[in-house]
Amino acid sequence: MGAYIDAACSPCYSFLQRSVRSLCKLVNAVKSQRPVNLDITTIKFPLPALASITHRIAGIAIFIGMAFLIWGLGASLESEESFNALKECLGGFIPKLILWLILAGFIYHFVAGVRHLLMDLGYFETLEGAKVMAISVMVISAALIVLAGVWVW
Amino acid sequence: MGMVTSVTSLGKNGLYDWVIQRATAVVLGVYFLCMMGFLISTPDLTYAQWHAFMSSTYMRVFSLLALISMGAHAWVGLWVVSTDYITTRQLGAIATPLRIAFQAGFVLVTIVYVIWGVQILWGI
Repeated sequence: MGAYIDAACSPCYSFLQRSVRSLCKLVNAVKSQRPVNLDITTIKFPLPALASITHRIAGIAIFIGMAFLIWGLGASLESEESFNALKECLGGFIPKLILWLILAGFIYHFVAGVRHLLMDLGYFETLEGAKVMAISVMVISAALIVLAGVWVW
Repeated sequence: MGMVTSVTSLGKNGLYDWVIQRATAVVLGVYFLCMMGFLISTPDLTYAQWHAFMSSTYMRVFSLLALISMGAHAWVGLWVVSTDYITTRQLGAIATPLRIAFQAGFVLVTIVYVIWGVQILWGI
């Protein structure tokens, strides 16, 4: 087919080639002038973005907190003595604070995670819905984090 | 365009990573609720109660499942974070070696967590 066109109408073909080439040039010129803003350091943070970045920060905090939790799990199950020693250790202010911070991380990550799953399923995807959802996540997790504090102390 | 693959991501492409992240999230969420439910409903927990709870076959299987889920979830999550923020656009030429080092670090820590946890669950 290509060979047939070449043979039958080579002036047409070269004209077509030239046209495509100039069209590509034009597209590239438009593309290069288009403002690109993917620099996250310059993007403003609306509430849903804030809910999302906090989810990430909580995730990193949990990852660090896992070292304490796995150590605590080991101590709690090793023997009755180590269980009681851990319980006594958790009477102190700093261990309680660490435990509460880890719980806060879990609570926020859990609640915001439910938000992500709901949005994956297609709920709260409108601008208004996303705002309401982001505020709900913050209010619900704040209340639960306070309750966790009451439970720890 | 074909799927973009990466040697350091867990599922090797975004679709697998996406599914792994959601499936493990559900396991971890349910495990968290069960744990909190038990701890809140059992004030003045004794070693005997705790040991009996954790050594039941249900909890052994569930804990192991949660541990492996935690490892996969952390891997995918931290990988996404590392590829979003430790970029050449933001940090310049140092970004690539820095990102690889960060990824090597969290993968190592994740594997250590999982092995450490398995060893504890094994010993109950």
